[in-house]
Amino acid sequence: MTPLLQVKGIEKRYGARIGCRDVSFDLYPGEVMGIVGESGSGKSTLLNCLVGHLEPDAGQVIFDTRADGPVDTVTMSEPDRRMLGRTDWAFVHQHARDGLRMSVSAGGNIGERLMAVGSRHYGQIRGQALDWLGRVEIAESRVDDRPSAFSGGMQQRLQIARNLVTGPRLVFMDEPTGGLDVSVQARLLDLLRGLVREMGLSAIIVTHDLAVVRLLADRLMVMKDGEVVEAGLTDQVLDDPQHAYTQLLVSSVLQV
Amino acid sequence: MNEYNFAYLDEQTKRMIRRAILKALAVPGYQVPFASREMPMPYGWGTGGVQVSAATLTPDDVFKVIDQGADDTTNAVSIRKFFEKTAGVATTEETGKATIIQTRHRIPEARLRADQILVYQVPIPEPLRFLEPRETETRKMHSLQEYGLMHVKLYEDISQHGAISTAYAYPVRVADRYVMDPSPIPKFDNPKLEMDAIQLFGAGREQRIYALPPHTRVVSLDFEDYPFEASKADHACNLCGAEDSYLDEVITDDAGNRMFVCSDTDYCRSRREAGHQGRLAQEGTA
Repeated sequence: MTPLLQVKGIEKRYGARIGCRDVSFDLYPGEVMGIVGESGSGKSTLLNCLVGHLEPDAGQVIFDTRADGPVDTVTMSEPDRRMLGRTDWAFVHQHARDGLRMSVSAGGNIGERLMAVGSRHYGQIRGQALDWLGRVEIAESRVDDRPSAFSGGMQQRLQIARNLVTGPRLVFMDEPTGGLDVSVQARLLDLLRGLVREMGLSAIIVTHDLAVVRLLADRLMVMKDGEVVEAGLTDQVLDDPQHAYTQLLVSSVLQV
Repeated sequence: MNEYNFAYLDEQTKRMIRRAILKALAVPGYQVPFASREMPMPYGWGTGGVQVSAATLTPDDVFKVIDQGADDTTNAVSIRKFFEKTAGVATTEETGKATIIQTRHRIPEARLRADQILVYQVPIPEPLRFLEPRETETRKMHSLQEYGLMHVKLYEDISQHGAISTAYAYPVRVADRYVMDPSPIPKFDNPKLEMDAIQLFGAGREQRIYALPPHTRVVSLDFEDYPFEASKADHACNLCGAEDSYLDEVITDDAGNRMFVCSDTDYCRSRREAGHQGRLAQEGTA
């Protein structure tokens, strides 16, 4: 079986400082990978390198495209990479405002990716927008409202709908539950878990919240100072942490 | 003796603008940056159009200026006088006699010929501007032909108003490549963009020139189930009776009476001289 994504020796430096170094892993179709670590550990840098927002200084990000098989996205032409970003890839920002067009209605937000890949039938676009609003548990009557009129949790769900509408195969998520209160977080996680299983999505989730990876991720990577210090099955890493930093991380979680 | 260089601008500047025009004609719909000069009029009054006209004029040209179709509004009169004074060229109000027509927000009703040039005044040349404020990003979108966003605007129109309510500055795709803002002409004029004459667009404040060579394919963007429609007021001109021209609605008193007249004053006048009469032609003062 070909991995959906093969990451080989990714390195990113900011001058003399290290963003992340020597990160390698494979991600198979349908698998959810969690990346945890404290602030400044390089997890966001890594994610941005993977998705092409930052150019890594070394390494390869090989994605198994539908048309041409495995291709290194770092050296791929920009139009192709942006096309990938609109079709097979999705990126969920921590702050929904970064991922949404706040001056465009919810329906327009969901429809944008469809129109970007050539859909030109209003009725069909609107139909899909309504369908996706339902799937992320937003009332259909809100389709013409702007996201600025939505609560934080709804904005985040709308952002997810907007990203998933073109049926991507790989979703990158940067702290998808950050800044939401716990009950809204729980609903969002529930929704995400359902969508991931139902659509057979592969996902890479960056977070500092261990509960999120416990619930969503099959595998886990722990990062510290730009390097991966421990990797393995989620339950294994969380229940039997080997590295001193992972032990600290797991024991720092407040028990209620 | 005329104290101005011919057509106000110095020769080097005109040369620079001509180079931009030639490039614009070579790449239809592409916005060519140029070093826009300060003109003796405020931005928004047609500084871009005036510079393009100045670079295009020759002493033998016959110049016409229209503002929303009319020859006799402040903007049109001022620019016409400006070139009468600085270039000494002949001017006219008749579309057929002009060789260069500078226009603000209209295309003349009369069909233009291959030996004529139409110069547009453009306020905002970037069709994607109100959706994407970053210039770096819009340039990238043009170069990669990522025009999905333009349809988001039309989608918003339909979802809010039940139809594409964009009535002017209606975005077009030029020669299957660039999406272009045709300047704020009514969408009624969009089908006329495929014409025999050269069309030049000048945006002074935004420092961009773009162009449509004759017979370039220009398609107005739309949806399959909401096709483009060139709309106008559903009336006939009250002065000349024309049913095929774009109309202005004029409120005539405070009792709710109004009249519809051709926005193209030259077209209306020539029809009336040919004997056509509208509903209010007898009492009409215009």
